[in-house]
Amino acid sequence: MSRALIILQAGPGTTVQDKGRFGYLAQGCSPGGAADLLALHEGAALLGQSADCAALELAGLGGAFDVAQPTRVALTGAPMPARIGERQAAWNTSHLLQPGQVLTLGPTAQGNYGYLHLGGGLATAPVMGSRSTHLVARIGAPVTNATLPIGEDRRSQTGLTLPPEDRLSGGTIRIIPSAQTGRFAPQDIARLQRTAFTRDLRGNRMGARMAFEGAPFHTQGGLSLLSEAVVPGDIQVTGDGTPFVLLGECQTTGGYPRIGTVIPADIPKVAQARAGVPLRFQMITRAQALKAHAAFQAHLAALPGLPRPLVRDPHDIPDLLSYQLISGAITGDET
Amino acid sequence: MPEPDRFPAIHDLGLCAKLVTFADGLSEAANRAALALRAAVEAEGWTGVEETSISLASTVIRFDPLALPHAELEARLAALLAGRDWYAAPLPTGRTLWRIPVALGGAHGPQWEEAASLAGRDPEAARAEILSSRTRVLTLGFAPGQPYMGELPPNWDIPRMTELNPQVPGASLVVAIRQLIIFAGPAPTGWRHIGQTAFQCFRPGAAAPIALAPGDEVTWREVSAEELAEIQAEDRSGDGGATREALP
Repeated sequence: MSRALIILQAGPGTTVQDKGRFGYLAQGCSPGGAADLLALHEGAALLGQSADCAALELAGLGGAFDVAQPTRVALTGAPMPARIGERQAAWNTSHLLQPGQVLTLGPTAQGNYGYLHLGGGLATAPVMGSRSTHLVARIGAPVTNATLPIGEDRRSQTGLTLPPEDRLSGGTIRIIPSAQTGRFAPQDIARLQRTAFTRDLRGNRMGARMAFEGAPFHTQGGLSLLSEAVVPGDIQVTGDGTPFVLLGECQTTGGYPRIGTVIPADIPKVAQARAGVPLRFQMITRAQALKAHAAFQAHLAALPGLPRPLVRDPHDIPDLLSYQLISGAITGDET
Repeated sequence: MPEPDRFPAIHDLGLCAKLVTFADGLSEAANRAALALRAAVEAEGWTGVEETSISLASTVIRFDPLALPHAELEARLAALLAGRDWYAAPLPTGRTLWRIPVALGGAHGPQWEEAASLAGRDPEAARAEILSSRTRVLTLGFAPGQPYMGELPPNWDIPRMTELNPQVPGASLVVAIRQLIIFAGPAPTGWRHIGQTAFQCFRPGAAAPIALAPGDEVTWREVSAEELAEIQAEDRSGDGGATREALP
């Protein structure tokens, strides 16, 4: 049997994702791609392969996976209690999975999206230059139980780990002015930055609604604005005055005014914030944003050199999973 | 309050795109200008420009600000803009005239009467206005292949709703701000849902996945709910019973 990932079971919203589909804005197709782009790059670094490889994005609920041939795997993004057979498997780490050994991933305790990367990458048929499932555009569909082809893997190293970058607990989100920021009153732009938001329950790969106490944010004539181009990160204020941060699978045009745009480096933080996680917006200058963007791109470029061997043998550390979690959070796997 | 915009104007669209806006209202000339500037930027082939697109009255230039500094791109765009009268640019060639079957009102258009009333018409007069309209595809956007078509007579300058319509079906017809949209797929929207077509805006896997192009013109043929159901059952092409002819 050729190389394949056998999905025995997976939660809703499990999709194949790569960096996204570029070049189709003019035809109305937004890029989509992994909700947590950093996690995609981290997985590629752990496996020593290109960040263009497609991985499986798991929307919080995990699943059970087998392989047809010995396959290297890496686990990144929102940590999930992981087992290979009966053995606990560390997060942010690469492992070897043998056929018949089932990889089991439990629900996330923090963050929304976990990623399962395969040595050689998922080799599903690209559509318009990308393997990303785009739910809104109806390109591809969530997978439940399916067998997905895996590409050739020229490498063999496993047992590498990366220190996780904290992006699961919300915090300060840096934003810059956008084409329509001037339509909002200065006091509302100031209030946006003073307001303690939390991520609302309503949200998906298209965008995340912000919950808050206080008066709605409004512009004059906001409901009759000409529909205008939208980019991921835009903070759209819908008719009821609620900010909504648009993510990779957003629409390409929209009529609701945008009060600002989240810089690319902070989009994973918004995507990974679970309902109730606190978020604050901080307006920075374009020059500051460019500096942050350069640092983010430099970090992505440096990632392939960062993985280190996992120091201790996982067999010896029954509670290993907790060592890999940000701030030692509980995983729900400790019974 | 913001100063009134002067046009064309160059804005930032996030950190990695520029927006060149030709008008802040629906304008046929601004739409043509946006199409023509997009073609001109494509022809320039500037290193660092990753993708171009248009919206109703703007050109979008997506670029890598680490490879092509903002100030440099702004200067080049300003020079291009100064070089010609973009509002006098011709429409692209190879356009198509479409006639698309639509069922208006009833279960297929639950907000038809509300929309008609906002347009200051009784349902029958509104029906005549929509069915006799000949609008142009101003841009494709929101979702793949989804057309923004305009413009309708001035009385159809009705605002979006304050509460989102939680979900309209794929191929549904919606209206706001003197424009019509056929939705590419089921989606939430602030536009009012007035009818249903069987036209598939996006046909993944087809040789031509996107049927419409900016500049195409669209007319309507009213069908009953029963006839629409027959079209839906029989159509394999995705055209949903639409006919097309080449525009000169």
